Amino acid sequence: MQKLLLGDEAIAQAAIDAGMSGVYAYPGTPSTEITEYVQASKLAEERNIHSDWSANEKTAMEAALGMAYAGKRSMTCMKHVGLNVAADNFMNAAITGVNGGMVVVVADDPSMHSSQNEQDSRFYGKFAMIPVLEPSNQQEAYDMTYGAFELSEKYKVPVMIRVTTRIAHSRAGVITKELKPQNNQSLPSDPRQFVLLPSIARKQYKVLLGNQDHFNAESENSVYNHYFEGEDKSMGIIACGLGYNYLREILPEGDCKYPVLKVTQYPLPEKQVKQIANETEKLLVIEEGYPMVEEMIKGFLEKEPVTGRLDGTLPRDGELNADIVAAALGIQTGSKESKVPDFVANRPPSMCPGCSHIDVYNALNEALAPFGQGRVFSDIGCYTLGALEPFNAINTCVDMGASITMAKGAADAGLVPAVTVIGDSTFTHSGMTGLLDAVNENSPITVIISDNESTSMTGGQDSSALGRLEAICQGLGVDPEHIRVLNPIKRNHDDMVKVMQEEFDYDGPSVIIPRRECIQKAARRRKMEAKQKAKS
Amino acid sequence: MKTDIILAGVGGQGILSIAATLGAAALENDWYLKQAETHGMSQRGGAVVSHLRISDEPIYSDLIPKGSANVIISVEPMESLRYVDYLSEDGYLVTNTKPFVNITNYPEEKKLMDHIQSLKNVVAIDADQIANDLKARRSSNIVMLGAAAPFLNMDISVLESGLKQIFGSKGDEIVEMNMKALHAGYKFAMENK
Repeated sequence: MQKLLLGDEAIAQAAIDAGMSGVYAYPGTPSTEITEYVQASKLAEERNIHSDWSANEKTAMEAALGMAYAGKRSMTCMKHVGLNVAADNFMNAAITGVNGGMVVVVADDPSMHSSQNEQDSRFYGKFAMIPVLEPSNQQEAYDMTYGAFELSEKYKVPVMIRVTTRIAHSRAGVITKELKPQNNQSLPSDPRQFVLLPSIARKQYKVLLGNQDHFNAESENSVYNHYFEGEDKSMGIIACGLGYNYLREILPEGDCKYPVLKVTQYPLPEKQVKQIANETEKLLVIEEGYPMVEEMIKGFLEKEPVTGRLDGTLPRDGELNADIVAAALGIQTGSKESKVPDFVANRPPSMCPGCSHIDVYNALNEALAPFGQGRVFSDIGCYTLGALEPFNAINTCVDMGASITMAKGAADAGLVPAVTVIGDSTFTHSGMTGLLDAVNENSPITVIISDNESTSMTGGQDSSALGRLEAICQGLGVDPEHIRVLNPIKRNHDDMVKVMQEEFDYDGPSVIIPRRECIQKAARRRKMEAKQKAKS
Repeated sequence: MKTDIILAGVGGQGILSIAATLGAAALENDWYLKQAETHGMSQRGGAVVSHLRISDEPIYSDLIPKGSANVIISVEPMESLRYVDYLSEDGYLVTNTKPFVNITNYPEEKKLMDHIQSLKNVVAIDADQIANDLKARRSSNIVMLGAAAPFLNMDISVLESGLKQIFGSKGDEIVEMNMKALHAGYKFAMENK
């Protein structure tokens, strides 16, 4: 059956069809739509497949590992920087191995369309020494995910699927496969497999090491890695993942005279890499992300030049496209006639008119004016746009939750008042533990949790913080007198400024919670309510 | 057949309804389709673009190479020029004339419109006005699709069928309104291309 699916949706559909029992994730562009698809799927609901959001990527991956421990097939999805949060579990899950199949989907964002960096998750896959699948199109995204659960169960190891923005957020027709039953619950055959005490971990690690040759053989025999013969041996092309797709846009199979090695399953297939290196005089490596394969090959081939992102044949940063790949092959695209006129201005994203964060920043800027610039530590979400005109209100945005802890460190260094602006969902993702540090040392920081009751930047998913913020802050030990809840509307501007100033003066950790529902979420909610009313 | 379309606009203008209609039409005809969308941060009032590729042969790249788009459909005039280097030599630029000004350095409107009119193949249409006249204010994007219809290498009946699929669940009235919008745009383009 053919369906028109985003790459993300193809992964989700494949997991459902392959008998997955649960997906665990925290929203993050460009991975969010995978979990949302499962949440909206009637079939997933009928099959009782878990799909609620987790508090962060680490809790998500741990829950997925727990489900795999209990014998069922599980999946965890995240954006590339989310894997940093989950990395502790990820690295160790490769050593414990799994019982039921476990698939880790990581969506990278080269060119940083919606991210702080463009790290390449294939390195994590290599680091953990597990098989990595990197689809070059939506159909492969489906087929690979469908097969990944079997590969995972065959070697009892998690398998990574690595996609990038262009596959994740591009739609194409996808042919689906037969629906499989879910696994029954079962315990691991070795009761100590998951106990990573040093003596057991050393044994388990040898199992992982012992599997490396098998993983290589899987890559060498994989239908996803393919060697295309070519008459012109002056150059060989190794095209990885999406890079293969762009290559074929420019040089379709019939028109390409060079030998081509398509790599979409890792570890790198040794046999085919040696073959293309032996047959050709130089190599061009086309890969989306960091020059991982290029670096691996370079230095081993003494005489043969290897070109790609490292020598400037392809740009060192940013995502690939057909034009960039064409230029690397010496082929001209584009017309000289139509140039974009200079007066076309950048149109950066901005906060929606009526957004509660706007009222928070207007009050904060006024309240902080007497103290001068440079003391607002912020975080990841719509409110990060407070860094731009006309607010220029924040000074940092580094990683999820870093606002509170960086403010604490700056306060330790004497920067008082130090202020944090963090969202509700980011606070429960990774802010809570930092607040505990501040409470334990009575650090003089003012934490503004700008609560819009939603995870908005990724599309308004439910926030784990909903209805819990005051209780969490009190539970962590913040003095209830210094937990101040505000209604961030224009009319309350002066009150907000006053409350902020009072808390800046307090010599200890205080929390201000301006709370008003995200206007986008509110609009969707009203629409839904009207629809339901019309039905009844 | 092979048609490469750039869809442009500002986050929140709903260009994906145009893409969805074309997608439904493509699937019904067993054509291959690739549609790269903008999700995430830029959706908040930033520039958004969707690359839409339809062909009766397999398509590789999700992104259209520069200089090869058959049509740019832009629901905002400045955004239409942001991607003008993607247009092929005989390609058409189809743009709404109503500016969406949410930045302080938006170009002077006359300069912008003069530049658009200086291009070889242009349909500049006030889709908002036409939609208002039809009392179909929310269908201005479908007016835009209609205005692009003569350049898509497909019969308008294919688009009609796509509209039925996309809006069918919302009732006959909504389908009919969008049909009117589609044909109003088409008529304008045929008279002004």
